Amino acid sequence: MSKQEAGVIEQGRYTCAIGALETVAAIPHAMPILHSGPGCGEMQQGFFGNVGGYADVNTTPCTNFTEREVVFGGVDRLRENIANASKVLDSDLQVVLTGCTAGIVGDDVESVVEEFREQGQPIVSVETPGFKSSNFEAHSVVVNAIIDQYVDATANDATVRSERACVNLFASIPMQDPLWKGNLREYKRLLEGIGLKVHVLFGMESAGVAEWRQIPQANFNVLVSPWYGLPIVRHLEQLYGQPFVQFPHVPIGANEAEAFLRSVLDAAQDNDAGLDLDAAEHFITCERASYYEALDTLAVFLLEFRYGLPVFAHIIHDAGYVVGMSRFLLHETGIVPTEQFVVDGTPKRFQGAIRADLAATSDKRTIPLTFEPDAGHVQDLIRDITHEGRGLVIGSGWDRELAREKGYDFLSAAVPSPYRLNLTTNYVGFTGGLRLIEDVYNGVLATYR
Amino acid sequence: MPAQGINLELAAVPVREVRINSVTSYQGSAADLVHDARQGCVKDSGRSFSQCLGCSTTKAACMTVLIQDGAVISHGPVGCSSCLSGYDFTYRVNAPLRGVKHPTTRHIYSTNLKETDTVYGGGAKLARTIREAYERSGHPHAIFVLTTCAAGIIGDDVESICSEAEERIGVPVVAIFCEGFRSKVWTSGFDAAYHGIARKLIKPARERRDFVNVINFWGSDVFGKWLEPFGVKPNYITPYSTVNTLEHASEARATIQACSSLGSYLGAVLEQDFGVPEVQTAPPYGIRQTERWFEELGRILGQPDVAARVVEERRERYLPQIEELRHQLAGKRAYVAAGASHGHALIAVLRELGLDVAGTFIFHHDVTYDNHNTEADLLGHDVSDYGDIPHYNVCNKQEYELVNMLSRLRPDVFIARHGGMTLWGARFGIPTLLIGDEHYMMGYEGLVRYGRRLVETVENDEFVENLSQHAINPYTKWWYEQPTDTFLKGGASR
Repeated sequence: MSKQEAGVIEQGRYTCAIGALETVAAIPHAMPILHSGPGCGEMQQGFFGNVGGYADVNTTPCTNFTEREVVFGGVDRLRENIANASKVLDSDLQVVLTGCTAGIVGDDVESVVEEFREQGQPIVSVETPGFKSSNFEAHSVVVNAIIDQYVDATANDATVRSERACVNLFASIPMQDPLWKGNLREYKRLLEGIGLKVHVLFGMESAGVAEWRQIPQANFNVLVSPWYGLPIVRHLEQLYGQPFVQFPHVPIGANEAEAFLRSVLDAAQDNDAGLDLDAAEHFITCERASYYEALDTLAVFLLEFRYGLPVFAHIIHDAGYVVGMSRFLLHETGIVPTEQFVVDGTPKRFQGAIRADLAATSDKRTIPLTFEPDAGHVQDLIRDITHEGRGLVIGSGWDRELAREKGYDFLSAAVPSPYRLNLTTNYVGFTGGLRLIEDVYNGVLATYR
Repeated sequence: MPAQGINLELAAVPVREVRINSVTSYQGSAADLVHDARQGCVKDSGRSFSQCLGCSTTKAACMTVLIQDGAVISHGPVGCSSCLSGYDFTYRVNAPLRGVKHPTTRHIYSTNLKETDTVYGGGAKLARTIREAYERSGHPHAIFVLTTCAAGIIGDDVESICSEAEERIGVPVVAIFCEGFRSKVWTSGFDAAYHGIARKLIKPARERRDFVNVINFWGSDVFGKWLEPFGVKPNYITPYSTVNTLEHASEARATIQACSSLGSYLGAVLEQDFGVPEVQTAPPYGIRQTERWFEELGRILGQPDVAARVVEERRERYLPQIEELRHQLAGKRAYVAAGASHGHALIAVLRELGLDVAGTFIFHHDVTYDNHNTEADLLGHDVSDYGDIPHYNVCNKQEYELVNMLSRLRPDVFIARHGGMTLWGARFGIPTLLIGDEHYMMGYEGLVRYGRRLVETVENDEFVENLSQHAINPYTKWWYEQPTDTFLKGGASR
């Protein structure tokens, strides 16, 4: 029952294209430069929380369009700002992102950036006016721009796909996935566990710009996402002939972590990565055993706690989390995913596959799924739904009050998330599944006092 | 002096740069700035390097989202409403300070402008969003429409769309013109919100009632107690107000401000267009200013004896405690980063407590306030009460200038008012204090409260000391060696 596309949005759960400045800020020692109105950085900072990587929003150079630039154009201001930014701030890569103002007045940003690039400066320009797309989509635009204007410019054809056991990983979108740091770290640990070398590209697990320059050397690419990020792996396929394997949802818990690793192992074999399959198998066996040791201990609590535990859940999140968490909750905790809500603005063409992926969660039950970026409307839908037993809402900070209204338990796992801090926590993988269990049930137990 | 710039007939209020000659750059001494401002010879200059500023639209949002029974629409791409969710948090968290027992979720919408809208216009979308917001927010008593850069440039006729919608749904639909690119002084966004509120909500007075308007943010209710001896109550504007209390703001006996940067425009409008006298002397920070302020309040309310009694009682009670704090803090050097009026307040408080203010980083300077009364100039009072400040920098949150200055001055304590700045105190191992509640340090008791926090902050430096050993620093060595005003373009330095 999705309403007209691109309609009003109450309680936005994502931001606009220039929010992809976080994609740049998440690369160690890289720096965004905004050619935009004065508020674009402030909006992102307020949305994602006051955390920001090497050079946070207060540090980010910005031309801060005034009326004058709107009327006469702002390329001179931009040229001056880029030149001085590299004197004042130390970075290995600069990415100029444009806002609505530059987009509408039609500044030729690329030719200004080109002047600096010709002098050997590692600098990239990318169009991210807010009206063009969401940050889910702009993430790919930014990554591809870095690949085209920086990585590819220094690439050596002879070394393309030269590292057989190496992959580039494209998974959590920095900041939009509030657990991106922990999740990327766990993906890396898992993939290394089966014998791969991983370019994780973002966060402190990444070797930064040097690692980006190694992107062409990887044998194949791993995408964990139902739809966002797809343009990146398609682009790399075209550019370097790197095939990709796509895992369509966030792999949470033992079943999904194992399924994820097996799909990568299959791809590794198809691409002749030369992995030691016995060692990979041993890694999976150990991870699974340690996971079920913990779950087995927990089962007594899940089965015997006499004072009430949630029996059903509504998840309000991006498509990857909605499917991944639904699968996990049903199979690994016994909580039934009832009506689910994808609020990431998934384009229509991907919705069918996501529905099918969610439908494959269970042979026995249908899980109703709604795609609706207007999360305020989603809350109205949930207000009208009732089920027997104790409920759970997993969503953003906006949903805490809804959960309270309904008398449900609540877990904050999506942005904006003012009620929760995330440092190294991950929900991905074997360890992430256990952590999600801890978070859900600690929330429940905290209600007993 | 007659007020240029107040004309409620116009849809949009002129920005501060135009209306009261506000500037966002100056390097020199506080005394020179005060002098030059009064002579009308302070000129703004640009910078040849700049970092992200704040935005008028978020300031307009902060004065409208927190009105209890309103709904807010951001007319623009979805990103222009991203950080407004923070005001939902603020509303909820500070509700107990204002006696709101059941804070409701804030109604915040985006018209979600897309590329096609920038070509064909977003007017129809706005009209639809107003209708929808009205129904979905449970019939709010007013709807506020905030403009954004995109909406401003494509030229949607927001004023007419709002007026038409208002006729249809029967509650005020207030167009607020606060596009980010219009002003480098983001406090212009407050003026934009107040202008809309004055035009569309505040009604002509039918009677005088026993309350006093308090223009402020969302700080604790200190004014309730202060006004009690005068037999009046505070009417807080605008956070936690209702549309109804705003409508009756014209019936107040006076208007007072917690922050002249914030309330300059509305205070003047209420006096000039609605006949509510404004307490024009600067807000009550520091003992000397507090006493001037009470005296003026007493005069305006016609109860000078009450004011004198209040001052007397408080002196007796708090002066000994303040004296003790002065001993503990004597000789400490502080650096202040804050908005204009609040920065001036901090300067008064710190110097009253015996600290030396080594320098400042003040986000803008209003050459005059909208009432054009020099009594309102707290920086002027600071200088005449406590002496000059040699490193008085006006800088609209350009962090690179802050780090440059902090690394030179190395104060004993760094006082900040706005988010994002404190980190640099910690990165340099300087104890840093940020207090969100702007009422916290008002009056005599505020000096005591604030002084105690300062003592704690200066003493507890283990954390910042440790952090500074591992600090991440993106600034080049070259930059630390340059004069702070390297990228100022002529004119503003003295």
